[in-house]
Amino acid sequence: MDVSFLFGQFLGGLTTAMFLFLIASGLSLVFGVMRVLNFAHGSFYMIGAYLAWQAMQWLEPTLHRFWLAALVAALGVALLGAVIERVLLRHLYGREELYQLLFTYALVLILGDAAKAIWGTQQLSVSRPPLLAGGLDILGTTLPTYNLFIMLIGPAIAVAAWLLLTRSNAGRLVRAAALDREMLGALGANVGAIYTGMFVVSSFLAGLAGALVTPIQSIVPGMDVEIIVEAFIVVVIGGLGSFWGTFWGSVIYGQVLSFGILVFPSFSIFSVFALMAVILIVRPWGLFGRPIR
Amino acid sequence: MRLRGPTLAQRVPWTLVVFLAALSVPFLGSRYDVFLATQIAISALFAVSLNLLLGTTGLVSFGHVAYFGIGSYVCGILMKTYGVPFSLALPAAALGSAGFALVVGFFCVRLIKIYFAMLTLAFSQIVWAICFKWNEVTGGDQGLPDVPYPNLDWIAAIPGFDGLRIGGQFYVLALIVVAISLAAMRRIVASPFGRVLTTIRENPERAAFIGVNVRRYELAAFVVAGGFAGIAGALFGIFNRGVFADYVYWPKSAEVMIMTILGGMQYFWGPVVGAATLVLLNQQITSYTQYWPFVLGVILLVLLFVFPGGIVGGIAVGVARLRRRSWRRLGA
Repeated sequence: MDVSFLFGQFLGGLTTAMFLFLIASGLSLVFGVMRVLNFAHGSFYMIGAYLAWQAMQWLEPTLHRFWLAALVAALGVALLGAVIERVLLRHLYGREELYQLLFTYALVLILGDAAKAIWGTQQLSVSRPPLLAGGLDILGTTLPTYNLFIMLIGPAIAVAAWLLLTRSNAGRLVRAAALDREMLGALGANVGAIYTGMFVVSSFLAGLAGALVTPIQSIVPGMDVEIIVEAFIVVVIGGLGSFWGTFWGSVIYGQVLSFGILVFPSFSIFSVFALMAVILIVRPWGLFGRPIR
Repeated sequence: MRLRGPTLAQRVPWTLVVFLAALSVPFLGSRYDVFLATQIAISALFAVSLNLLLGTTGLVSFGHVAYFGIGSYVCGILMKTYGVPFSLALPAAALGSAGFALVVGFFCVRLIKIYFAMLTLAFSQIVWAICFKWNEVTGGDQGLPDVPYPNLDWIAAIPGFDGLRIGGQFYVLALIVVAISLAAMRRIVASPFGRVLTTIRENPERAAFIGVNVRRYELAAFVVAGGFAGIAGALFGIFNRGVFADYVYWPKSAEVMIMTILGGMQYFWGPVVGAATLVLLNQQITSYTQYWPFVLGVILLVLLFVFPGGIVGGIAVGVARLRRRSWRRLGA
């Protein structure tokens, strides 16, 4: 086993990790602020992928078509999120968690079938944007430029969100809403608008992740359900509602998955589950989460 | 106010009536009716076992399908691969599921609310991954087809039952197993143990304050619910003539949860009503359209926003309103 091989595994794991981070960060944000565990986050991701494909069909084949399509997809999903939050979800905030959970699950069913009805069940794919079609040789392994781009965009979004949350006024309001919703409302802040905003940002991230995954993976029905469980594991490892926890949870997930293959060739997913079990035994609230109750 | 004796409706032993009505299905109904009735009976057991957690204890388990799946795999593997008779394979399935629930529950009950839900979901995905990948034992993605029927000669030996088809005979067996399991769960819910579980649902802090070991009681409920789900799974594997990894996929957990809530999780019999409704509705709707999940999602939305008490809850509210009206008329 030489260095370049291990390095290749490492890079592969990092790509997986940053993708998962794009998805899990939105999930974690909504959970951290609104205490809603959004099953439909995976569906938003899938809709984002389909919308990106659709936009690619409509747009003229120019050099920057892909980026425009990704933006259209992310904005489209953000709009969908806004409508869902404003019209339906906000009536459930006072209710038990079970009802919110089931509501988002109802969305999974409805959006999944809607996507099937609109785009059919065949696999769809999008080619890589021409600017990032090449590859880079690093330490003897070839890394597709597109993967490198994904690896960079993950931390970029993490840092941007962290800056927004800790340094801006809006971020302060969001953190206050996470701590004590009623108090913030009593102080005159528009909590409803903050919640809508968070949900829209989270949907945007999901849609963006869905659009960005299209050059690497084909778009198929069922990708929504598959990804949401992975995202759940990531946030459980990192600690629910903790933003940096989600980041490190994704990194750990990616690395364990890609090196786990070397240990258990056909059971790599077990290494992730085993890790999750161990973490939950030692720290039931996740690596970066706070103890609950 | 005058004390009244039991009304006519209360004097009827409804559970016995329902059981006899269910038992008459293979004699009066078609083969298809028997098929639906078997599915309803098994789903009802599964949903009631979930409600032991959801309605009675207030634990939102999103991975209940894992125990159902383990039950069907244990029973299927024992009966198909090792030729073990059903009378041993069924208890083994219940024990296997309960044992696994003990291990999973040990971790899960340390978390509360949404965290509990997520962890149960994650563990059910582990079970799914094992069933899907462990080719040598579970058959992997091919599953375990052709699970044999148990020996049903003793049912055919009962006078009047000898004319039944094999499907009808198995239905009778399943119905008996389901009825015994439901009776057992009814006793558990009504027992002092069950009352403590309800206390925990209402207020875990107070329950702990009066000396209840909340975690241990929750774990016990988790194990019992897992065991009964295993029985339902064992029956389902035989009914469906095979065991497949699909049984354990997490959306199935949501489906049984919808059954429970559709019927009404505040009531012991609610999930039974929910299971029957959902199975029949599924048959009706899938004959019109392939978009059953869409319809299910819409049903769920209506349920959440309009009838959070489910069908039985809605009927109870309606009956209470009618009764109040008739009382008022009597008083006037």
